[in-house]
Amino acid sequence: MKHVATETVTGQNPNWLLAKLDDLVNWARANSLWPMPFGTACCAIEFMATAASRFDFARFGMERQAFSPRQADVLICAGRLPFKLAPVIRRVYDQMPQPKWVISMGACASSGGIFDNYAMVQGIDTIVPVDVYVPGCPPRPEGLLYGVLLLHKKIKGESLADRALRDEHPLDDTGLRLPPDTIDEISEPFGNSVHQFRSA
Amino acid sequence: MNPSVDTLRATFGTAIGRSSVTRDGVSTVDVACAQALKVFEFLRSSEHYDYLVDLTAVEYRDPERPLEVVYLLRSLQGGAELRVKVLLDVRQELAVDSVVGVWAGANWLEREVFDMFGVQFRGHPDLRRILMWETYAEGHPLRKDFPLRGRFSRAEQVRQALAGHPEAHYSMEELSFADAHHDLPADMRERLRRGERGTIPHSE
Repeated sequence: MKHVATETVTGQNPNWLLAKLDDLVNWARANSLWPMPFGTACCAIEFMATAASRFDFARFGMERQAFSPRQADVLICAGRLPFKLAPVIRRVYDQMPQPKWVISMGACASSGGIFDNYAMVQGIDTIVPVDVYVPGCPPRPEGLLYGVLLLHKKIKGESLADRALRDEHPLDDTGLRLPPDTIDEISEPFGNSVHQFRSA
Repeated sequence: MNPSVDTLRATFGTAIGRSSVTRDGVSTVDVACAQALKVFEFLRSSEHYDYLVDLTAVEYRDPERPLEVVYLLRSLQGGAELRVKVLLDVRQELAVDSVVGVWAGANWLEREVFDMFGVQFRGHPDLRRILMWETYAEGHPLRKDFPLRGRFSRAEQVRQALAGHPEAHYSMEELSFADAHHDLPADMRERLRRGERGTIPHSE
């Protein structure tokens, strides 16, 4: 067998391969994403279904779920995020080493969803930067898988030469990630919730 | 009608207000705030209501209607159920005697009513917020005058939320007897040693 294998390889001409380093690195990164599940609500049930055998996102190199942020590549926020958990997800995100990405799974994580109230963060992008938003209430596993594949696509378009991609952006002096006006703007009510009063 | 209601009326007289049987078949009786603690001690010791099923509060949209603190009692021996309501005038100070001394399980229930409605429970051993974090400054969310989206702007809410340390959601007492006490950061152990705890800022 060994002889055959050697002969096959030496039989190729030319016996070498050219590739861009970017392509190699991104291929490796995209296909070995270790997810950090941040499951807070019903989306986490769909997330578990995605991880289980029927949908099995291990097929996409996400075999190992990292329940420690320090070994994670992609933070998947599955579910609504109350203000009480805002500093927690921010700390989890800060503890993740570069390169890192974030998937916002479901309507609540992406926009607050139906929970336009005093206790709920109106979109986790006011707390951490988000790469892929997966809509749905909750999204089916196929939806999450599509989001993961979109993230693969995004990763494969990145470049090692662009160092700014990997810069850490800690909270600034105001204690916020975005300017206050931006946060107010993207937290504006929409859909049915515009009919609710802001009383008192 | 639960016979305990008649016993209460015979024992406490005018302290016992309106009584009725609601559609779920539970006898409901109003009790004056001043005598409430005595009534509960009597119910516990003489009428054998040994289980406090739930303690919550209701505020109505009608500003004339009082805020009700609702106690759902059950006697595990007799199987009897009784709902007791203490009516509080919303325009006055919201305060009622704590029943932690009668049913120890009232501790967290009263903390929740305090957190959500701002009702003070006199004599509660550890009356502080339980659902919202201790430094939450916007008021008591289930009150009718509380705006659905809170009092502060979204940006200010995010800023205040992010300014909190995740561990600050636990009281220093809770942390002090946690298994992880020895693993706590030095500054936190120092704060524990000084007996420091988050204070509840007064809203409005």
